[in-house]
Amino acid sequence: MTAAFDLNDPATFPSRRTEAWKYSDVRRYMRDAPPPSPPGRVEGGGPFYDLGGDGLVFVNGRAVGADAYVAFGDHTLRLRFVSDASRTGHTATARISARPGSTLLLLESHEGHGVAYAAHNRLSIDVPSGAAVHRIVLTDEPADSLSITQAEVTVGEGAVYHQTLIATGGRLQRLETQVHHAGHGADVRLDGLYRLTDSRHVDLTSVVTHAGPDGLTSQLAKGVVTDTARGVFQGRIVVERGADGTDARMGHHALILSDRGEVDAKPELIIYADDVQCAHGNTVGALDETALFYMQQRGLSAEEARALLTEAFLMEVVDRIDHEGAREEVRAWLTERS
Amino acid sequence: MLSISNLHVAVGDTPILKGLTLDVPAGEVHAIMGPNGAGKSTLGYALSGRPGYEGTEGAVTWRGEDLLDLDPAERAAKGVFLSFQYPIEIPGVPALTFVRTALNAQKRARGEEEVSAPEFLKAVKAASKALKMDFDMLKRPLNVGFSGGEKKRMEILQMALLEPSLLILDETDSGLDIDALRIVAEGVNALRGPERSMLVITHYQRLLDYIKPDKVHVLAAGKIVASGGPELAHQLEAEGYDRYVGEAA
Repeated sequence: MTAAFDLNDPATFPSRRTEAWKYSDVRRYMRDAPPPSPPGRVEGGGPFYDLGGDGLVFVNGRAVGADAYVAFGDHTLRLRFVSDASRTGHTATARISARPGSTLLLLESHEGHGVAYAAHNRLSIDVPSGAAVHRIVLTDEPADSLSITQAEVTVGEGAVYHQTLIATGGRLQRLETQVHHAGHGADVRLDGLYRLTDSRHVDLTSVVTHAGPDGLTSQLAKGVVTDTARGVFQGRIVVERGADGTDARMGHHALILSDRGEVDAKPELIIYADDVQCAHGNTVGALDETALFYMQQRGLSAEEARALLTEAFLMEVVDRIDHEGAREEVRAWLTERS
Repeated sequence: MLSISNLHVAVGDTPILKGLTLDVPAGEVHAIMGPNGAGKSTLGYALSGRPGYEGTEGAVTWRGEDLLDLDPAERAAKGVFLSFQYPIEIPGVPALTFVRTALNAQKRARGEEEVSAPEFLKAVKAASKALKMDFDMLKRPLNVGFSGGEKKRMEILQMALLEPSLLILDETDSGLDIDALRIVAEGVNALRGPERSMLVITHYQRLLDYIKPDKVHVLAAGKIVASGGPELAHQLEAEGYDRYVGEAA
């Protein structure tokens, strides 16, 4: 990757000529630094309000209160990135860490109102040895928004980091996750799903670097695109020299339900160690016509059959969310919007 | 009554049914037998409205209504049920959810009240018991990981719950051992009634020992080439289809 993306410095805006951004051309939509967003307003408690816990809220990049959080014991944190802006840009920076022995349920939401804003969220997450962090991200932003979220995650020996991204896109929405994986039994899961309509674009990009032996990474991403929407999945797993015994599995599966929808997938396994188990699978297809006919033959309308098959396809990702309350909240959120 | 007259169906550019004419009165069970490639499965698909199997000529009416203009879901709501030779696996959709969704979709289409969850569960428990099916299996995704026999029982269970009036059974005996065949046949026989018509499509006579037809028709090269009583099935079993294949060509 070239110089880190910075909303205030157009020289850092990547174009499709930048390999890591080739499917998400920021320059196509933004050539100059946007004017800074004024203070905005926050309404309600966000999509995870019912699950309680502590709150960390950013509105137009500004922290409402603290901008960092440390979990001791067993905690739930609702991390909200709220955009309330028109044709302006803002950057939020949040630091999250969990103490050894603690478990953090990190419920992150990207909530947007307004017109054609640009939002950049930078997140560092520290999961030391003996800690567990479960991160669930929901995005709900306008179709003309540009939003880039970059999370740097450090996972210590024997730690647990599980994340599930639920993305609905924007003009260009990128959710990027960089994981430094120390191995020694550390368990990383990087799941995601996207459901895109109209001309929305989502980019799920992740890089996991296995630096120590005996680490586990499991990744399942699924997506459905309709109309002229575009889904991008880039998953890279690097197994460094000496990271023997690594077990890494990556899967990305997408459905395209229209003639002009598009999905671009780039799975990469880069292995410098011996004695590792790594696998990746990638499929892009359409709904099974025979299954659709079967369901209609039993009385479901074509739309009902399509909706049921699509939901079933995506729910495999939701079913993998460990926390029951969060799982049900996400399921309800998706069902409400289907 | 089901009335098919001069039905022509082409799949792609290949004509499969070439002027098929057949009447099945209410309350009767008719068997369609024929060699491989005669058009037996095509007939089932054409009657149930599978895309790509549209009639190019001729007419099909069910209880006096034209079927060919209706989409598959509309036909289902009119009582048409096709039991698939190879039932489809639907990952992620529990069998119970699927059947209840289908039943309520049909009821809505007919302007009837939807079935409540307790009523539905009661009906499912009774029907699954009759078919010797494990109730817990119905909580699993439809047909996923089911054996061939379990899938066929699942088809009959759906039939029992959806209560169709025109039943089309496509090679229901394929892949069944003799015990499973008996259970499935009993399930079908339980649905026989004065208002129901059944079309039993089969290659072998074996199934007809269990589901006794009123009439047997031979389908060869896209047409009904012979019709008779149950004895015709035995004759076919003994002599094979060679005679009819030659005749039709």
